[in-house]
Amino acid sequence: MGKKINLTIDGKKIQAMEGDKILWAALENDIYIPHLCAMKEQQQSPFAGCRLCFIEIEGKPRPVAACTEPALEGMVVNTRSESIDRLVEAGFNLIMSNHHIDCKNCAASGACELQKIAKERKIRLKPKKLVQLDMNLPKDHSKDCIIYDPNKCVLCGRCVTACRTEGTAVLGLAYRGFERMVTTFGDIPLGETECSGCGSCANVCPAGALIQTNK
Amino acid sequence: MVGAATCGRAAGAQNITKVIRDELASRQIEATVIEVGCMGHCYAEPLVLIQKPDNPTICYGYVSEGLASMLVREFIAGDDPCIEFALAAMEVNDFIPTFEDFPRGMVEKKVVMQHCGIIDPENIDHYIANGGYEALAKAIHKSGEEVVSEIKTSGLRGRGGAGFPTGVKWETCRQFKEDVKYVICNADEGDPGAFMDRTLLESNPHQVLEGLALAAHAVGASKGYLYIRAEYPLAVERIEKAINQAEESGLLGESILGTDFNLTLEIFQGSGAFVCGEETALIASMEGEPGIPRHRPPFPAEAGLWGKPTVINNVKTLSYIPHIIRKGADWFRETGTPDSPGTAVFALAGKVINTGLVEVPMGVTLSQLVYDVGSGIDGGKQFKAVQIGGPSGGCLPESFLETAIDFDSLNQAGAMMGSGGMVVMDEDDCMVEIARYFLDFTQNESCGKCTFCRLGTKQMLEILERITKGEGALEDIDTLLNLAKNVKTGSLCNLGKTAPNPVLSTLKHFRNEYEAHITEGRCPSLMCLNLIAYYILPDKCERSCDACIGSCPVESIFSNEDRIKVVDQEKCVKCKSCMDACPPQYSAVVKLSPPELVQEKENDNG
Repeated sequence: MGKKINLTIDGKKIQAMEGDKILWAALENDIYIPHLCAMKEQQQSPFAGCRLCFIEIEGKPRPVAACTEPALEGMVVNTRSESIDRLVEAGFNLIMSNHHIDCKNCAASGACELQKIAKERKIRLKPKKLVQLDMNLPKDHSKDCIIYDPNKCVLCGRCVTACRTEGTAVLGLAYRGFERMVTTFGDIPLGETECSGCGSCANVCPAGALIQTNK
Repeated sequence: MVGAATCGRAAGAQNITKVIRDELASRQIEATVIEVGCMGHCYAEPLVLIQKPDNPTICYGYVSEGLASMLVREFIAGDDPCIEFALAAMEVNDFIPTFEDFPRGMVEKKVVMQHCGIIDPENIDHYIANGGYEALAKAIHKSGEEVVSEIKTSGLRGRGGAGFPTGVKWETCRQFKEDVKYVICNADEGDPGAFMDRTLLESNPHQVLEGLALAAHAVGASKGYLYIRAEYPLAVERIEKAINQAEESGLLGESILGTDFNLTLEIFQGSGAFVCGEETALIASMEGEPGIPRHRPPFPAEAGLWGKPTVINNVKTLSYIPHIIRKGADWFRETGTPDSPGTAVFALAGKVINTGLVEVPMGVTLSQLVYDVGSGIDGGKQFKAVQIGGPSGGCLPESFLETAIDFDSLNQAGAMMGSGGMVVMDEDDCMVEIARYFLDFTQNESCGKCTFCRLGTKQMLEILERITKGEGALEDIDTLLNLAKNVKTGSLCNLGKTAPNPVLSTLKHFRNEYEAHITEGRCPSLMCLNLIAYYILPDKCERSCDACIGSCPVESIFSNEDRIKVVDQEKCVKCKSCMDACPPQYSAVVKLSPPELVQEKENDNG
């Protein structure tokens, strides 16, 4: 393995490893594509649920998610266009209509992926035409070094993967539709689970829903 | 024979069976009583067919216990066939018309439903006597490639929704040289009002099994599953019996028909999530994961169940296979249109007089389905629209009545075949409320994985609910349109991609109704509760009659000083009881929209 291929992203000729997804090829070459749920270690079975990393590939009639498309020799990719930008903005606005916006008081402010996407794509944080879909769910302070605020969660699933691979696998995605959320088995507080407090979930949370305190 | 599929049982068929058996026993008459499946005439159930020597087989409809008893007494024990109660005869004769003599029969062409409601679904010999398993016996001595080629030539397109060519799917799976492959029958039928797959499973289970066996042989699989929703207990029961019978007859299991072809079939009961009708979600469900769609590619035909090449076909798709193999691809192409050959099965529901199942050639028009098969709209009401394809489909107005029904014509019209659900609407159906209903269904069934489906459909639903309550704004229409387009483009799976279709099609054809709700606070169909009021016409009210007062559950109707009945609008919960209670000769209770009209009327009279 390990064969290098050539492709063009936004007019820029770059090289990538064959089999890598376009998202990671772009990011490694300083081309930003918005993303929340993608994790490089999981790129061969991407979650693909946040629906933000849309790109256009010449020859394909519809936008595709960059985290799912393998980079191929000679491929021509555009990460920006009127239709792509509109689609990304629509997805971002939907996420923000369900995200409790409280940047001033949020510990993740400044390191927040949502803020980064808004800045990169020049989108306002608070959507104008959508109603705010507040969940009003209780915060979980039961673990002394982890705070979980489900109202900020964007359901990217990264914490679930991190908890399975590095932690004690207490987190999961449960329920369906609008009710879907990250929770523990039986919805018990983190402090009552086998959570070891390793903080791997907080390290990967893009939106400040999971915060590691310094005890 | 008594029609005793789920729809027949719901209409009381089991009581009819008992009455007939008891009557025969008390008269010591030797006759066989068989519970059969569903012929599709659900509007007339319970159905009874009587087969008596020297007489044509007669189908009786609307059979009550009294009529059942009478049929035994007068016809089976006597010689009077009680023609006045017959729906039709099953064979041409001199006295009773056959189904082919009626407008519906002229449109219909039965292939997969040919033996439904006629053979005993729990007797494999009935199926074999009608040519069953001949296709398997024929195909098993051919190579898988030849079988795949025949299906490709037939042009059969999957009957589960999008119409992907079945032969192409099989060919893809066939090409992978793997020791382990799977075939799956997708019977996770979840559209509201759709029951085509259930009927086929309950009425002719061996047809589906033979189709699945042929698929397994064609692609090189030795293991197959039938994924049936647990809400179909009778279907599960009959498929189970059918599998056992087929194994005992050497038609399934080891060394089928003495060859080296082995196939083990198993039933997997699905837990009822609509999204599990999607292939990758169905596979996830079978593997023990939540039923959540995965990104494609890889397609299941390359890497499906447990990562192995898997072919998943709908019940109806598999039901066609034995017929094509037995009679040939050219025979199949004789029916339908060049690009959509064959027939299609529809569940006709809603405001048509004759609801039920029907199998028609591809390419018949909506008009033929609604008026010839369905006998038109009940109560002399005006046709308004038909929703095709369930919550994933679209609605088509009157101007599309002459549209041919096939995959491509419907797509161009902005609807889709779906799995065959067809709900007819009349002037009393509000198209905004219809869109809200289907979107509410889809929102509830979303697995919640991706942003556009989980939140996009929720935002759309919020807007529709505002509009149906009279709280919408004109800009809501543009927001709704933009959301719909983005959800369609951005969703991960087809549930999300098709969820906006009812909204897009109602907005396209019935935008005036949306606007009436928003700008006038008026529901043109008088359906949205917040926008209507019940009003009693003073000049039609019969002063001495108190029927409406008695019917009101919240005591909102009173007599004024002239003894004319008046509705207290503050108390009224708009349940329609007073309208139903008012004697037809008066018809004094009417619905008004917007509700402010009540005050205007009262001022005029005051």
